[in-house]
Amino acid sequence: MIFTNTYLNSIVVQKTPMLFFFIILILFNSPIYSQDCNSSLTLKVIDLHDSSVLQNASIFVKELDIKVKTNSKGEYVFKDLCNKEYFIEISHEDCESVQTEIKVKNNTIKTIRMEHHLNELDEIIVKSNFKSKSKSVFENKVSKQTLEDYSNNSIADVLKTIPGVSTISTGSSIAKPQINGLHSSRVLLINNNVKMEDHEWGIDHAPSIDINSIEKISLIKGAGALKYGGSALGGVIISETLKTKLIDSLYGKLYSSASTNGKGGTITTDITKTNSKGWYTRLQGTFKRFGDYNTSNYIMSNTGLSERNFSLKTGLNRVDYGFEVYYSFFNNETGILRASHLISAQDIFRGITSGIPLIIEDFTYDISAPKQKIKHNLAKFNFFKTTDLGKFNFQYDFQSNKRQEFDIRRGDDRNTPSIDLELTTHSLSLDFDSRFSNNLNLNLGIVGKYQKNFPDPETGVRRLIPDYEKYDLGVYSIFDYKLNPEWIIEGGLRYDYTYMDVYKYYKTSFWESRDYGEEFSDIIVEVLANQILTNPKLEFNNASATLGSKFLFDNNNTIFFNYAMSSRSPNPSELFSEGLHHASARIELGDLRFKSEVGHNFGFTYQKSNEKFSLIFNSFLNTIKDFIVIEPVEIMQTIRGSFSLWEYRQTDAKLFGADLNVDYKLNKYINLIHQSSVIKGTDTKLNNPLIDMPPANIKNEIVYFNSDLNNLSISLQSEYTFKQNKYPDNNFEVYIPTTETYEYIDLSTPPKAYHLLNFNSRIDIRTDKNKSINLGFKINNLLNTTYKNYLNRLRLYTHDLGRNFILSVKYKL
Amino acid sequence: MKFFKYALLASTLIFASCSDDDDNAPDPVNEEEVITTLTVTLDSGSDTVVMQYQDLDGDGPDAATVTVSGSLNANTTYDGSIVLLNETESPAENVTEEIEEEDDEHQFFYTVGSGLDVATDYANFDGDGNPLGTLFVLNVGSASSGGLTFTLRHEPNKPNTGLENAGGSTDIEVTFDVTVE
Repeated sequence: MIFTNTYLNSIVVQKTPMLFFFIILILFNSPIYSQDCNSSLTLKVIDLHDSSVLQNASIFVKELDIKVKTNSKGEYVFKDLCNKEYFIEISHEDCESVQTEIKVKNNTIKTIRMEHHLNELDEIIVKSNFKSKSKSVFENKVSKQTLEDYSNNSIADVLKTIPGVSTISTGSSIAKPQINGLHSSRVLLINNNVKMEDHEWGIDHAPSIDINSIEKISLIKGAGALKYGGSALGGVIISETLKTKLIDSLYGKLYSSASTNGKGGTITTDITKTNSKGWYTRLQGTFKRFGDYNTSNYIMSNTGLSERNFSLKTGLNRVDYGFEVYYSFFNNETGILRASHLISAQDIFRGITSGIPLIIEDFTYDISAPKQKIKHNLAKFNFFKTTDLGKFNFQYDFQSNKRQEFDIRRGDDRNTPSIDLELTTHSLSLDFDSRFSNNLNLNLGIVGKYQKNFPDPETGVRRLIPDYEKYDLGVYSIFDYKLNPEWIIEGGLRYDYTYMDVYKYYKTSFWESRDYGEEFSDIIVEVLANQILTNPKLEFNNASATLGSKFLFDNNNTIFFNYAMSSRSPNPSELFSEGLHHASARIELGDLRFKSEVGHNFGFTYQKSNEKFSLIFNSFLNTIKDFIVIEPVEIMQTIRGSFSLWEYRQTDAKLFGADLNVDYKLNKYINLIHQSSVIKGTDTKLNNPLIDMPPANIKNEIVYFNSDLNNLSISLQSEYTFKQNKYPDNNFEVYIPTTETYEYIDLSTPPKAYHLLNFNSRIDIRTDKNKSINLGFKINNLLNTTYKNYLNRLRLYTHDLGRNFILSVKYKL
Repeated sequence: MKFFKYALLASTLIFASCSDDDDNAPDPVNEEEVITTLTVTLDSGSDTVVMQYQDLDGDGPDAATVTVSGSLNANTTYDGSIVLLNETESPAENVTEEIEEEDDEHQFFYTVGSGLDVATDYANFDGDGNPLGTLFVLNVGSASSGGLTFTLRHEPNKPNTGLENAGGSTDIEVTFDVTVE
C-alpha cells in the first residue's frame, strides 16, 4: 500500500502537514536485454512543505545487501537491477523508517511520503522563528526527558533550562518565565496554537498550562513570532501536543513521581488512539498534590498545591486537509506563604528583620488564605486545507479564565475572595502559508479577538482590574528567502489595532489628584458620593516588524543575526491600578495616559558544532521606548500606618546580555555541559539599573550515558548564581511610633550568591518489545544549601527550597 | 483607523451572541473591610475627651483628619472605649462589633510615647481570658505630653507580652498627640 505504479506518483505514508518528507523513488528500467539485469533505480527524498531535499537518507536493498545514502540532491541511483521486486528500507535520522517492496519494471517513477516525527517525539525543540527549521535565530534543543523530569514543576521551571531564560516567582509554586530579562505581558504563551489569555500581566499570575499536557515547547523570537502577536518584546513560548502518526495504533503512558519536599507528587497519564485514515484522539489527565514545602531547615507554612487538569484532542489529519478539536481544563489551588501577608511598612520591617517567616507551623496539606484558585478552560477548533496556492488554516478558539485570590479577611468575608475575575476571550483567525518558489515562503494571516473581563463586585473589595471589553484586530505577513544555500533572510510585518471599552470606578480623591477631570471629563458617566464612574474608550495602534539573516560559513560554523521591533499596548493593570494590591502588599497606581511601549531588539548568535563539540554564543541588545515600570514614589500614612506607594511610569530602557552553551563529548559515555548567562538592564532616563534582572549564573554538568546498559544516565549539575549587584535602590526609612524609632526598610538589596548541586539518574527496564518502564531518581539541592533567590518575590521573608528527593516511574505502552 | 474599528466591530458581531449583551455599567463595590475612622472616647465621669482619626478615602491620596478634643486632667482615671467605623458605606458600618465577635483573633495595644505620663490597663477580654482591648482604663499621671499609639493586630499570638511578640498583621496603627494638664 505504500507504493503505486504510476509515474511520479506520491503516496502518503504518514500525514503530518508540518513535518513531512517526500520520498520520491524514480525507477529507470532499461530493458536492453530481456531477463537481463540492466535496469536502474533512482531514489529522491524531499520535504513535503519546503520541498528541500533530504540528504544522507539511508537506503537498504535487501536482495543486494547494500546500504547507501542519498546525495546532496537527495538522490541515489541504483544500476544493473533486474526486473523484479526488491525489498527496500529507507531511513533518516529525523524520520521513521519505511520498509517496502518495489517492483522494478521499465521506466517507472514512484513517490513516498514519510512522517518526520521520531525526532519530535524525543525532543522538545526550542526552535527559531521559522516554520520548519531554524533560519535567522538559533534553534536550541531541550530533551523531552527534561520535560518529564519537570513533571512536578511548572512550565516556567522547564523553560529555565534554556540559556537566557529565568523564572520570576512568588514562592515555590507560582513561577513565570522571564526571557532575556522580560516577563509577563512581554512574553506571549501559545498553547496548542491559542494565545493564552489568563491575566498574564500580573507577576504573581503563573501560566494556566499543565506542563504534563505539553509534548513540545518552542521559544520563538524574530519573524515567526509575529504570527502570534507584535507585543512579544521578550519572546513567544509555544507549547503544543505532538502530531499523531497515520497508523492504527493505541499508545500512552502513565507517569508518577513523588517528592520528599512538599511530601507530594504527580500522577499523569495520556492515551492516544490513531488510525491509518488519519483520525486521532488523545486524552490526558494530571493530578498533583503537595503540602507545605520546606527550606533547608524550616517549613514554609501554607505553600501547598493542589492541581487537577485534563485535556482532550481529537481530529482528522490528512495531507491536504484536516481538522482538530482541542479542549483543556486547568484547575489549581495554590497556597501563598502565610507569613508573607505583610502590608504596612512596620509589618514589612518585622518580616525583613526576621529573615525567616514570622509564622512557622507544623507540616500540613491544608491550603488556607492567602491563596489563589484558578480555573482555565480552553477550547479550540481549527480546519486546514492545502491547495496549490498553499495551506489555509482557519481557527476559532475560546478561553475562560477564572482567577480568585483569597486574603486573610475578617468576619463574613473570611471565605470571600478579595479578587474574583472572569476573563472570557473569543478569537478567530485565518492563516495562509504559501511556498512561492523553491527559495521563497510567504505566510499571511488575520486575527480578530473579543475579550471581556468581569470583576465580581461581591468581593467587597474595590476592583483591581476594571470591567472591560477589548477588541483586537491583527494582520501579519512573514517571508523567508533563500539567497543561496548558505544564506537565508527572513522578515515580517504586523499591525495590531486594539480598542478597549472600560467601565472604571475612580476614587474621587485619586481622580482629582491626577487632574483627570480636565483631560477626561467626557468619560464621566456618574458621580457618586466618593467615587466617579467613568467609561474610558481607548485605542491603540501598534506596528511590529522584523528582519533577520542566517549565514552558514561551512558545515560547522553558522552566524545568525536578527532585528525585531515590537510594540505593546499598556495592559489593564498598568492603565487602571488604583489602590491596595493585596498580593503585592502595596498601593499601586496606574496611569490612564499611558501609550504603547516600543522595543528594538538586535540579536546575534554564533554557532559552532561538530561531532565532539558544540558551542552556541548568543547575545542581544534591546532598547525599549516608553518602557512601563512600577516603582515606589513615596510613603503614605493610612489608618494602618505607613505604606509605600508604588506608581507605574513610562521611561526608556536598555537591556543587553549574552549567554553561552558548550557541550563537549569527552568519550563515548561522558558529556560535559556548560551554560552561563549574564544580563544588564538600565533605565536610561534615570540612569538606574532595572529591577528584577536575573543575576549572572553558571551551570556545569557532567553526564554519563550508556545506551548498552539500559540507557542508564547519571548526571551531576553544579549551579552557581551570582549576587545581583545592579539593582535600583527602593529602600526607604519609616518612623515606627510604637518603638519611637526610624527604621530603614531594605526591600532592594539582592540576596548573596549561592551554589546548588543537583543529581539526576534514570534507567530503562524493558518489559516487552514496545513496553518499557523508566525509573528516575533525582536529588535537587543535594547539599541542602540555605539560600535566597533574588527573583522570588517572597525572598524578603523566606529562604528557598531545601533538599528534595524525587522518585519517578514511567510506564510506557 | 475608522476602517479598522468598523472591520473589527463587524468581525466581532459573531461574538455578540456569545458574550453577555451587557451594556449596563457595573455596580459600585461596597468596600466591606475598610476601616475609615477610629474614635477613642475617654470618660472620667466629669470630663470627656474624644480623639479621632478619620480617613474617608481609605488608601486614597487624601490625608486623614486627626483631632483630639482637649487635654487630659492630671492624676485622673479615664474609662476608654474604642469605636471603629467604615464610613465608605452608608449608613456607616460599625466594625468594632465584628472585632468583638472575633475577639480571639484581635487585640489592641497601647503604646505610651516617651514623656507622656499615663498608663493603660485592658478592660475587656476574649473567651480565653486574653486581652481584647476595645475597652481600657487610662490612668493619667502628672502634667506631661507625648504620643499615645493605638495598634490593632489581626491574628496575633495570644497570649503575648506586648507588640514585640504579638505577631499578626497590623489593621490599625494610629498615634494621637496627648497633653496632660
